[in-house]
Amino acid sequence: MSVLAKSQLQETFELNIGPQHPATHGVLRIKVTMDGEYVVKAEPVLGYIHRMHEKMGENRTWAKFWPNLGRLDYLSAIAYNHGYAGLVERANSIEVPERAEYIRAITVELNRIQSHLLWFGAFVLDLGGFTPLMYAFDEREQILDLLESVTGSRLTYCYFRFGGVYNDIDDDFIAGTRAFIKRFRPQLPMYDDLVTNNVILMNRLIDIGPISAEMCRKYGATGPVLRGSGVNFDIRKNEPYGAYPEFDFDVPVYHECDSMARYKVRMDEMEQSLRIIEQALDKLPDGPVMAAKVPKMLKPAKGDYVFAVEAARGTFAMRAVSDGTNTAYRMRLRSPTYSNLSLFEEASRGMLLADALAFMGSLDLVIPEMDR
Amino acid sequence: MLAAEGLAAEEMVAETPEEEIQTAEEGGDESKAKKKEEDGPRENGLLETDYTARGTHLDVLINPDQVVRAAEILDSEGMTIEMVTGVDWIKENQFEVIYDYSYTGGELFRVVVRARVDRENPDVPTVSGVYGGANWHERETWDLLGINFVGHPQLERFLLPDDADFHPLRKDFTA
Repeated sequence: MSVLAKSQLQETFELNIGPQHPATHGVLRIKVTMDGEYVVKAEPVLGYIHRMHEKMGENRTWAKFWPNLGRLDYLSAIAYNHGYAGLVERANSIEVPERAEYIRAITVELNRIQSHLLWFGAFVLDLGGFTPLMYAFDEREQILDLLESVTGSRLTYCYFRFGGVYNDIDDDFIAGTRAFIKRFRPQLPMYDDLVTNNVILMNRLIDIGPISAEMCRKYGATGPVLRGSGVNFDIRKNEPYGAYPEFDFDVPVYHECDSMARYKVRMDEMEQSLRIIEQALDKLPDGPVMAAKVPKMLKPAKGDYVFAVEAARGTFAMRAVSDGTNTAYRMRLRSPTYSNLSLFEEASRGMLLADALAFMGSLDLVIPEMDR
Repeated sequence: MLAAEGLAAEEMVAETPEEEIQTAEEGGDESKAKKKEEDGPRENGLLETDYTARGTHLDVLINPDQVVRAAEILDSEGMTIEMVTGVDWIKENQFEVIYDYSYTGGELFRVVVRARVDRENPDVPTVSGVYGGANWHERETWDLLGINFVGHPQLERFLLPDDADFHPLRKDFTA
């Protein structure tokens, strides 16, 4: 790359972005070596909000670890609930009632839309567009109210239990969700007119931050980042869990590999999530929302267990090593943005700083989830 | 304790009758490469795991010096690295390093590669040369457990502060 070759001869300087920078959406620090306006090396520095969740998993019972799941990815907390529920249910062979699985899918998808909406607003805000944030937060507020009515919290959800969910949904929630879908669906084409087809946004995003499918594979990148690089991979389809095999939905894939592709994947995913919620509400079975006999004290057999779900940012996988007691011997949390960001150093080389920030925004970072 | 561990290994074998299977997906070359002498309670080699019960398809136990070769084989098969986990088996005086690989090109297929090292001298070669994504995972594993990944480009504190002088996920760590 000519910029790089040139930089060898010229003087470079270091620039710190973060840990308290508005464009990083949290306490992420990027140590950038700059040559003029060009990035020579951008090294993410993690750990400013590290809380050692993995150690906490080792020193409390399986059930007591629940609240931690809401505090990893604060935008996609219900998907993390799903990951942990699935893991422990697999380890203990707990059957989940069908109604509970449907409710799980509904709440996870609502949570996913909410996460993408916040990303949409904040991302466009990074690029200098203020108004879309207001639209996004207006819609997001509706979802938070809906989820609050059934889970009891607005952000750090602790809604699932081993064998089901803590609270059944009522007619108000169903009617509210249907009203939300009706209200939100026409908004998506409006976002396209207002933002996606805006020439400023296109100039900022098209061909910026190209990530090849091969680079995604080497770094373990997943979620919209991988799907924006032309790989049709979604845990909900490729490794189905819960009630997802029952639903008819598409996995949006774009082959351009740039920031615009990742943007479009997320915008399309919101529509697909609406479809899933609609089908789940239509087919919602009757019955209990908790498995009948879940032991109070869980003691899974010795060995390793793995469970992965599709969170809003990609594959969230958990690995628990059990030694047969009522606490995990080792609890491993694999968060999607950790792997997604690890390719930033390689991919951002030679970019303009302003483009590197647009690229970083397109990765949809949530810092507490990376630092754990 | 060793006897109990041996029992657990027997249980695992009982669950999966064919201990060293030739998987169609991975080809015969890998099983040949992995067939190794006895090491600890479980023999080195391939183990087909029950997916519904465990969440993985293939479990491979190898010597630490084989992890790079294993990564190369899986890389040539188009697998992606998902995570690297360290486990402190303090009673056996060993560390275990677990590499999770998965296939994202089609129907999901999970391969687990694990290796055990002596706790006093925990040297494992780095696979970050094969998979760039392993870089951060290995660095974190060193940070939290003190497993030394030989040849790693940047084995520095990552999640913990730069001046930390402990490895908190070790079982003998006390705050």
